[in-house]
Amino acid sequence: MTEWNLSQLTAAVPELFVALSAIILLLIGVFQGDGHTRILSWFAVAVAAVALLLVAGTSAGPETAFGGAFIADAFARFAKALVLIGTALALMLSLSYVEREDMSRFEYPILFVFAMLGMMMMISANDLIALYVGLELQSLSLYVAAAFRRDSLRSTEAGLKYFVLGALSSGMLLYGASLVYGFSGTTSFEGIARAVAGGEGATGVLVGLVFLTAALAFKVSAVPFHMWTPDVYEGAPTSVTAFFAIAPKVAAMALLIRVLVDPFAAITAQWQQLVVLIAVLSMALGAFAAINQHNIKRLMAYSSIGNVGYMLVGLAAGTEDGVRGVLIYLAIYMVMTAGAFGCILCMRVHGRAVEELDDLKGLSRTRPGLALALAVFMFSLAGIPPLAGFFAKLYVFLAAIQAGLYALAVIGVLASVVAAFYYLRVVKLMYFDEPADTLDRVPGREVGLVLAGTGLFTAFFFVLPSPVLNAAATAARSLFGG
Amino acid sequence: MTGWPLLSLTTFVPLIGAAFIVMVRGEPAVVARNARNVALWTSLITLVLALMVWANFDPKTAAFQLEERAEWIPAFNISYRLGVDGISVFFVLLSAFLTPLCVLASWQAITERVKEYMIAFLVLETLMIGMFCALDFVLFYLFFEGVLIPMFLIIGIWGGPRRVYSAFKFFLYTLTGSVLMLVAVLAIYFTAGTTDIPALMKADFPREMQYWLWLAFFASFAVKVPMWPLHTWLPDAHVEAPTAGSVILAGVLLKMGGYGFLRFSLPMLPLASEFFTPLIFGLSIVAVIYTSLVALAQEDMKKLIAYSSVAHMGFVTIGIFTFNVQGIEGAIFQMLSHGVVSAALFLCVGVVYDRMHSRLIATYGGLVHRMPAYAAVFMVFTLAAVGLPGTSGFVGEILVLVGAYQVSTWVAALAATGMILGAAYMLWLYRRVIFGELTKTELKSITDLSPREIAVFAPIVLAVLWMGIHPAPFLDTIHASVENLVDNYTAALRAAAAAEGNVVAAGTAP
Repeated sequence: MTEWNLSQLTAAVPELFVALSAIILLLIGVFQGDGHTRILSWFAVAVAAVALLLVAGTSAGPETAFGGAFIADAFARFAKALVLIGTALALMLSLSYVEREDMSRFEYPILFVFAMLGMMMMISANDLIALYVGLELQSLSLYVAAAFRRDSLRSTEAGLKYFVLGALSSGMLLYGASLVYGFSGTTSFEGIARAVAGGEGATGVLVGLVFLTAALAFKVSAVPFHMWTPDVYEGAPTSVTAFFAIAPKVAAMALLIRVLVDPFAAITAQWQQLVVLIAVLSMALGAFAAINQHNIKRLMAYSSIGNVGYMLVGLAAGTEDGVRGVLIYLAIYMVMTAGAFGCILCMRVHGRAVEELDDLKGLSRTRPGLALALAVFMFSLAGIPPLAGFFAKLYVFLAAIQAGLYALAVIGVLASVVAAFYYLRVVKLMYFDEPADTLDRVPGREVGLVLAGTGLFTAFFFVLPSPVLNAAATAARSLFGG
Repeated sequence: MTGWPLLSLTTFVPLIGAAFIVMVRGEPAVVARNARNVALWTSLITLVLALMVWANFDPKTAAFQLEERAEWIPAFNISYRLGVDGISVFFVLLSAFLTPLCVLASWQAITERVKEYMIAFLVLETLMIGMFCALDFVLFYLFFEGVLIPMFLIIGIWGGPRRVYSAFKFFLYTLTGSVLMLVAVLAIYFTAGTTDIPALMKADFPREMQYWLWLAFFASFAVKVPMWPLHTWLPDAHVEAPTAGSVILAGVLLKMGGYGFLRFSLPMLPLASEFFTPLIFGLSIVAVIYTSLVALAQEDMKKLIAYSSVAHMGFVTIGIFTFNVQGIEGAIFQMLSHGVVSAALFLCVGVVYDRMHSRLIATYGGLVHRMPAYAAVFMVFTLAAVGLPGTSGFVGEILVLVGAYQVSTWVAALAATGMILGAAYMLWLYRRVIFGELTKTELKSITDLSPREIAVFAPIVLAVLWMGIHPAPFLDTIHASVENLVDNYTAALRAAAAAEGNVVAAGTAP
């Protein structure tokens, strides 16, 4: 064991910064009280921005910290950038919403920052223990956030449901991790990779892997571990739902990728079957179950399940190109979802937040700008070119075809046709139907800013796709030791 | 002028116009007027650019011309590449020709959300022209499927009573076919390592794979054409779409399927194309005869013309799969002719619909007494649809039949039956609407064509007669490319036969 010195922590500088800032923000909040939530939120956004700069500044070469339990590589850099941007977007979307909905307490942005820290740790986990610590930090913050409106039955119910099911998945995770540890003799990913490659305790490791995958599938809300998603999405305050849909999805998916690709590379063929099955089920359920939804938050929940299915198609390929596809998908999906939830946060009638699809009727006449933005996001989620969502799907299917998974690709594209139906239904309500009730004009410049930014990105991604593609390619390469 | 990126200009000028319309602000009436004017002028500029494309086109070579290439997604070897050859150049022109007419035809018919309407049409024009110019498969797909968005909105917002159903049906039918094609495109990408269309035309795919790829392409193009039995979205979409929407649907969007067969299925998958020819002939003949009979029974003028489109496109698919110069040239010519004639017929329906708000044949009768100019115009297009010599319809149909006769007498004979049926339903429609006594009181005050409507029809009448009387400029432009296509196709078949013959010989030799 080499002597400990400060330089071993350089890889974790962004995380240390975020942790420190979170504590400082918490202290400020405790002393200043709820009146300063807005300021604190902007501080939190600033923390995310600075952390983003720090992440961008870290070297691309793999660097470890905490005795190898923590790794900073290009893959982590890409995923962390997404998480930080996603959290900042979610915070900006929340700003005026929490004020209007009378849930403007100072803990709100601080919970987001802690969750963000947990996600960054998850992404950089290089050890089963570190993985668990990061995951729990994120999850506990999110459980509280889901129940944030504590006097609302729906919100507390959502929080509790999320907590109970989340605890179950944590149990599965720990059980799987202990099995893997028991049969490979180590918790570090390199050690596991060596043990798996050497064929030690193959069956035991495999069972452990199945439990690990199931627990992480719960976190990304893939079928058959998706049950919590619609209820939690619907019950949680909309601004929190937006956060759920944007950032944790990226972190959990990045974690799933790293766990499957890094320590278990030698048994790719085994986990591939698992991922293919989950992908098919998620795509199918996401497509069919959403058809009958009337609540737009539930609709988005099923949409997220379906989208996770498409991401898993890329992962199922088990190749560098597949991971690249998933990363591109994550980046684009995050932007589209942030935009779509920005629109949902704008849905208010007579000073009350509404979330029924029928409330969108005739939106193109009453609020043409908002309707156009939501239409762009819906067409993009449906995967219609030339919008960004098409490219997201293109690259995962590209990887699937390259890996010879023709049947999976065909099922995927057909599911996307079914899914297109309900995205189109939203467009239909906004553009083809007569307006029923006019939505209020919601004050809040931040939401408009986020909508404009995400909308332009989604609509004009095709003009200059290379930066995102190249960054994703570098990130994927780092995972495959290139 | 050669230094200019002419094709990019033609493609994207409408988009610039759309951006201008987005920025128009002010009183609703002023906005509507400005939007109309901007749309008209933009589409006219595009037409001039498209004519310049034709003028700069060298008909002596089969190579792609006016090429442009820029890096787009270098990591995947996908580039932004445009170019036209004899097959695509007229489709660019056709798109640019019809859009200003659509704008003019909607001048008074569309009073609600004029701004959005004009934006939708200009975006549509960009996508259509871009699709015919694209020389990269991914770029092509982008335009090909992007067309769905504006068309969905045009049918859904400005359409008739059942517009929602029709818009969804149109969208989902087409999308299903397209996504299967996307899978095929990706498979091609990994086999050939590129999505560059000219390179793919020279690529050599294994026979088994060709069959699957061909079927995937077929799923997409057959829905677009549309071929029987995948045509059911078409009558619905046509009936519900606003007049200009029907014009673009019939005039250009249906041609995307035929163009797809010519551009992709034939040159890239020659073995599969040969293998599946009986399937195409079978479906086309059913389309020609069956949908003609269905057209005879229609009460709704738009539906009748929609079914006649299916029948006419049946001729096109027969022509394409004859694999001889006459047949393919005939098919292309028939597509151009049908693009102009069916567009004109929908405009004719639009004229009386704007006045009476009914598309039912029974509403009309004896219009010749009140609307002599309209009757004359309608007659020209009816006869062109029937294929009377001297009109554009004749040239295409006769070439297709000549081509088909060389391949199979039966196919030619059955297709010719369709021509007779076509004459029957078109002339009967004409008789019921135009001739007879003017008995209905509400028709007594109907007015003849306005100057604006004459301005819409005059160029189309000229085009129909020009293409019918002196088709040489068109056929000459097409000829080199088609000859090249046929040569490559026969060479590919011969090479495959030789290779398979060798395998058999080697297998039996010892």
